[in-house]
Amino acid sequence: MLEVRDLYKTFNPGTINEKQAMNGLSLTLNDGDFVTVIGGNGAGKSTLLNLVAGVFPPDSGSISIDGQDVTKLPEHKRAKFIGRVFQDPMMGTAATMGIEENLALAYRRGKSRGLRYGITHAERKLYREKLAILGLGLEDRMTSKVGLLSGGQRQALTLLMATLQKPKLLLLDEHTAALDPKTAAKVLETTETIVQRDRLTTLMITHNMRDAIAHGNRLIMMDAGRIVADIRGEEKKNLTVQDLLDKFHVESDRMLLSE
Amino acid sequence: MDVLISFINSLPGAFGQGLAWGIMAIGVYITFRILDVADLTVDGSLATGGAVAALCISQGWNPWLALLMAILAGMLAGLVTGVLHTACGIPAILAGILTQLALYSINLRIMAIGSDAKTKATLALSVDKQELLISSRYIRALDLTNPLFLLVILTVVVIALLYWFFGTELGCSLRATGANQAMARAQGINTNSCKVLGLVVSNGLVALSGALLAQYQGSSTVDMGRGAIVIGLAAVIIGEVLLGKVFRNFALKLLSAVIGAIIYYVVITLVLRLGLESTDLKLLTALVVALFLTIPYWKDKYFTKTVRKEVRSNA
Repeated sequence: MLEVRDLYKTFNPGTINEKQAMNGLSLTLNDGDFVTVIGGNGAGKSTLLNLVAGVFPPDSGSISIDGQDVTKLPEHKRAKFIGRVFQDPMMGTAATMGIEENLALAYRRGKSRGLRYGITHAERKLYREKLAILGLGLEDRMTSKVGLLSGGQRQALTLLMATLQKPKLLLLDEHTAALDPKTAAKVLETTETIVQRDRLTTLMITHNMRDAIAHGNRLIMMDAGRIVADIRGEEKKNLTVQDLLDKFHVESDRMLLSE
Repeated sequence: MDVLISFINSLPGAFGQGLAWGIMAIGVYITFRILDVADLTVDGSLATGGAVAALCISQGWNPWLALLMAILAGMLAGLVTGVLHTACGIPAILAGILTQLALYSINLRIMAIGSDAKTKATLALSVDKQELLISSRYIRALDLTNPLFLLVILTVVVIALLYWFFGTELGCSLRATGANQAMARAQGINTNSCKVLGLVVSNGLVALSGALLAQYQGSSTVDMGRGAIVIGLAAVIIGEVLLGKVFRNFALKLLSAVIGAIIYYVVITLVLRLGLESTDLKLLTALVVALFLTIPYWKDKYFTKTVRKEVRSNA
């Protein structure tokens, strides 16, 4: 589904802040893979997701989704294939627009936007059903501005928006990191439900090793812009946090702390 | 007492000016509030609208056609700013300033078309010699020649069209671009073309306002747009501060910008009657805008209770 080849990316080349964020990374995701990504700060996890999403171009290497080379495709055109949820709950939704308006924007991802109505009655019915699945009572507040929602509600809504049109690839960039533990667990649970239901090919970054182990069929660990471990199948199922700590000398304090 | 009577006498004029500038304020609302871009093109495109309309009318064209040409010229100006900003990567404010500056030269040329001179700073229109849509001369007329009549209709039409447009898929993309660019792109919206479109629509409206003003006051001048952005902002902000709590609907928000423009001109008329020189107005306008921008900021900063609403954890 996703094929990443020899990706290189250096930020601020030639300056004192030069940072080689992506160092010849290659990765292939099969249809239906749910891959969790762990790694210390600066390992290049977010850079990888941003490169796949097209936020910035790679220095070299190629990215293809479902057999189509998207390396040169701008971000908004790649959006046709990709659903995204960001770390910052503010980032995935338009605060000054209503819940249903946000969903209507997401519903048109990958389609041309013309002078037809921005939202139709039939859609409202669909959104109401979809919102009810989240179990947050948002289906009764469809015209409320998204800015009035809590961080967890916004992340759940963003998740719904990312999957409203079934994406070929779902990118989750630490989407529960900014939430309190209880809310984070709830959003993660919803994530699991949606990914399983729609059999979505998913790439999920997390700082929490337990979450990385508990979810998905495959776990990759990144360091210095490369993949240093790729665990799948039975080995992934039997993996424990202690295994991870023992096997890979985890240096990042933050990873240890969130263990 | 004399002051009061002369003030009341000049109220219709204030309404006429306010309505004509109100359409311009709607244009500013689109960039400033919806797109979240401060577009300084308007100082130039307002004069361009006036110049093109005055030129077309003085060449004997139908005044409605002149209005249309003015709108198109304004849209072109917006397009230039949009391309400078998106395709050339120039910050929006600077892109607007560049277009505005360039338009000064262009407007001088436009007004000279068809005459012997190479450039012209003023192009006079006369309601006696030419067919004009509106003129301040009939501001007290009690029939359909009264400019207020047509201005109100045009304002309603503009608001209705924009209300429809911003409810369409394209209009929603534009609003999303102004609200959150990262989100808009993630949902497949081309934020650059949305910004260009917004600038085009906005400057088309500003030029329409310029075309109406030129006819209303009986001349187009190269300076007529000087400080227009500040007047537009004043109208938008006055409208928001006074009516923001009551007017929630999008059409009403646009209307509040128009009402803001009318209030602005009523106040201006009053202070003129009280003895200020018309040359003092720019200072006054700047002060009014600074004041109205400061109030909400200070209100947030110094008068908000520090206790935030408890974040619900059941999400």
